[in-house]
Amino acid sequence: MKRRTFLNLAIVSGLAGTASALLYPVLRYLLPPEEAEAEPETVKAGPEKDFAPGSSKILKFGRKPVIVIRDLAGGFHALSATCTHLDCIVQYRKDRDLVWCACHNGNYDLSGKNVSGPPPRPLDRFEVKLVGSEVTVLRAA
Amino acid sequence: MSALKDAALSWLEERLPLRSAMEFASHKRVPVHRGDVFYYAGGVCMFLFLLQVATGILLLMYYRVGSDASYESVRYISAKVPFGWLMRSVHSWGANLMVLFIFIHMFSVYFMKAFRKPRELTWLTGCGLLGLAMALGFSGYLLPWNELAFFATKVGTDILGQVPLVGHWLLRLVRGGDEVTGATLSRFFGLHVAVLPALTALGIGAHLLLVQVQGMAHEHEARRTMPFFPDFLVRDVALWLLVLNLVGVLAVFFPWEVGRKADALGSAPAGIKPEWYFLAQYQFLKLLPGRVGMVPGELLGIVALNGVGVWWLLTPFWDAAVPERRRDAVVRWAGLGAITLLTVMTVWGHLS
Repeated sequence: MKRRTFLNLAIVSGLAGTASALLYPVLRYLLPPEEAEAEPETVKAGPEKDFAPGSSKILKFGRKPVIVIRDLAGGFHALSATCTHLDCIVQYRKDRDLVWCACHNGNYDLSGKNVSGPPPRPLDRFEVKLVGSEVTVLRAA
Repeated sequence: MSALKDAALSWLEERLPLRSAMEFASHKRVPVHRGDVFYYAGGVCMFLFLLQVATGILLLMYYRVGSDASYESVRYISAKVPFGWLMRSVHSWGANLMVLFIFIHMFSVYFMKAFRKPRELTWLTGCGLLGLAMALGFSGYLLPWNELAFFATKVGTDILGQVPLVGHWLLRLVRGGDEVTGATLSRFFGLHVAVLPALTALGIGAHLLLVQVQGMAHEHEARRTMPFFPDFLVRDVALWLLVLNLVGVLAVFFPWEVGRKADALGSAPAGIKPEWYFLAQYQFLKLLPGRVGMVPGELLGIVALNGVGVWWLLTPFWDAAVPERRRDAVVRWAGLGAITLLTVMTVWGHLS
């Protein structure tokens, strides 16, 4: 190897090494540390009397929002409240008895199935149980 | 008096070549023709950027960042601080008008074919500045931490998450975590008040330097020209004054609302929409079904939107590849097509 080639190589690799030694910590600094996901098995949604037929409530299940719906016939449903399209939070539409996302007009039925609009996947389902008179949401088995 | 002025000027001249700069400016000429009114659009963009910097600095005196402070401080600015409502509304209207004038400037440059060789770099830096203006708009939109801002940011950043392979990584980088939280607000604040304005200032510098080095397009074909200094500049400044008045009138009669505070457990409100300059993309994403064949609709949509953006960015290069006799017609029809599509989708997005 010629002396010049060797020196060029040494300079370039030295610069590359310095640049990566500077950039790596900056890049890692910018990426927030992963937080351990709180994974509760059940979450209390409140007393049954708070849920009139045709009403809904959004609550936190771990870090994710879950929508608890009491349909017009009185049945309970719990679904992930995060729209599978682009992350907006859905709402229960009493007038159409379905779950609607206002952001891009996505619709789901009460079982969470995406029925129209842009959502690509159904909403995750949760179980609802009445423990005494308390509405309780459980992770689906 | 004039002896004193001359002495001061020659003192300066020995340290800073002012006269040669003025000499250079005096040779710069601007073509005069039917479409020359569009030459003022670029200057208006720069003026509005300076207005944004000024009002932005003023807003910084009271704005506080954080999911428990931002909304409250913006409400405080709007309700309590003398003329706070004015500063905030001027900043919001100024932002919207800046984007509007960038579009006017861009399309007029496009139809005058002023992007052709040797001005490809001017076109590219201009497109970069449009991207920066939209990023400034998007990051600033979150800062009041209201409901609309919260969902706009959720959707906008979730789109980043759709990028194959590095999507999740990008999403966490921009949001400062998995969700849109106070951490996202801090990042957007830093981008909005430091990183993006600095990049924009550099971009404007490069853009102007290129314009100065190359002179105006069609300067030598024009039958009539006028001197840039002082004739054109005086008209420029007069128009800036008019635009400042327009911003003032809009800010007074249509002040910007603070809205409702963001709530991570609230549903997206009915009728939620992005700012007008994102409406076309929004409407397009709304139209796509969940799946197109095997591909998720939103991924396809995002790839298509980026494709259109890259195609637009590369205008000077595909234009050069078209045979010369058809080049003007191709550019004209492609431009008219782009404007029509953009207008139709924006109006549709607004009405639906």
